[in-house]
Amino acid sequence: MVAAERVLGKLGARRGERVLAALAAAGVLATAILGLVVTPPDADEGNVFRLIYIHVPSAWLAYLSFLVVFACSVTYLVTKRTRWDRLAAASAEVGVIFIFLTLVVGSIWAKPTWGTWWTWDPRLTTTAVLFLVYVGYLAVRRLPDSPGRRARWSAVIGIVAFVDVPIVHLSVVWWRSQHQAPAILHVAPRMAASMASTLVVGVIAFTFLYAYLVVLRLRVGRLEERLLAEALSPRLEVAPSEQAVPPEEVAARG
Amino acid sequence: MNLARQSGLIAAKDLRIEVRGRYALGAVLPFAATVLLAFGLSLGPDRTLLQRTAPGLLWLAVLFASILSFRRAYESEGEDGALEGLLLAPIDKAAVFLGKAVAVLAQLLVFEAAVLLLVTGLFGLSLGASPLTLAAAFVLGSAGLAAVGSMFGLLAESPRAREAIFPLLVLPLTTPALIAGVKATSLAAAGRGASAGGWLGLLLAFDVVLVAAGTLVFGQLLED
Repeated sequence: MVAAERVLGKLGARRGERVLAALAAAGVLATAILGLVVTPPDADEGNVFRLIYIHVPSAWLAYLSFLVVFACSVTYLVTKRTRWDRLAAASAEVGVIFIFLTLVVGSIWAKPTWGTWWTWDPRLTTTAVLFLVYVGYLAVRRLPDSPGRRARWSAVIGIVAFVDVPIVHLSVVWWRSQHQAPAILHVAPRMAASMASTLVVGVIAFTFLYAYLVVLRLRVGRLEERLLAEALSPRLEVAPSEQAVPPEEVAARG
Repeated sequence: MNLARQSGLIAAKDLRIEVRGRYALGAVLPFAATVLLAFGLSLGPDRTLLQRTAPGLLWLAVLFASILSFRRAYESEGEDGALEGLLLAPIDKAAVFLGKAVAVLAQLLVFEAAVLLLVTGLFGLSLGASPLTLAAAFVLGSAGLAAVGSMFGLLAESPRAREAIFPLLVLPLTTPALIAGVKATSLAAAGRGASAGGWLGLLLAFDVVLVAAGTLVFGQLLED
């Protein structure tokens, strides 16, 4: 846990942030070039298949972020250290954006290939339920409350939501299987090597993007807190450890 | 005093309040009846359609109305500093969660029996075919709902959470209870109650996960 905090501290520093930004930008650019130029169009689906290079990485990113929310929620309840709460909040926000992106991109992909914007496939349904659960999680986070109480509530919801997911998924799988076999995408066997490796590059790029966005969100959160503290007591001394940005810059951005 | 006895005391206290106030009977049941009437009106008088959708409508009415009961579970604690009294009481925090859940479960079961009668009358659902499966589906489904209600009902104590956020949080989390409850009820209505074992197992798993999670983390929510 100490090691994890040290890594977080390194990534949170401005240099770490810049490195992450460069890695994420390079990775996303590489995914775009590989996905749009290098890989061939799919034999059956044509160019629309290229959506997979965004769809799968954003789904991966969303699930990763909710796993991080769960881990941070447990850690927060054990240690009661605010940084884990902040990390859970940042991760949940990024996750909700990308799970929404997954649903939208999936819909756009489904229309030409399956002929419909939406099917009640188990994976789609679970993803939609998950999206709503974490929208609720973020709504609780926005409630005006004491920071400690909000953090505890958020942690509990982050845990309960995550342990609920397998049961939601199982129930939806069984619910579908009574009508027809679940329409699982059988992409892996007919995938060319260039497609598979592009997908891997996409997943790695989105993981860096995730880390960058979370670190950025953490910094915005710190600035918000400082702004609030300064607004409440204008002459409050700023702690030396928090001096990442000069106060006038904060004022200009605020 | 062990955990079971402490939980029993909390449950008895809540049920006593309920018996004297009659909130479930006076407000929740009429609300469920209104919802069922609205479902009927929106679907039209087609007998076969109503019969086919009846299990789903039944569980939706239960789910919507149970949200009112969940809020109610902590409403009385907000008055006269009752919650502080509960916090100061020399009992396990998990007992508060379990006791409230038992009280909510008891209320839900009474209320569901009434809703079942309503649905039988309004939608022509036949219920006599597999009474055991039907009872099991409602007991197991309601236990999971009661655990969610006992945990998140505390959140509804804050006025701004009460309106939209509470249902937004509770409804997606209870998806498994809705799906498995509807499926088990349909099978029971069709007289194939014996084949509902999988769905009842799913409800049981849902109960176990939520009761375990609630027992473990509820103390954190009461820490003030």
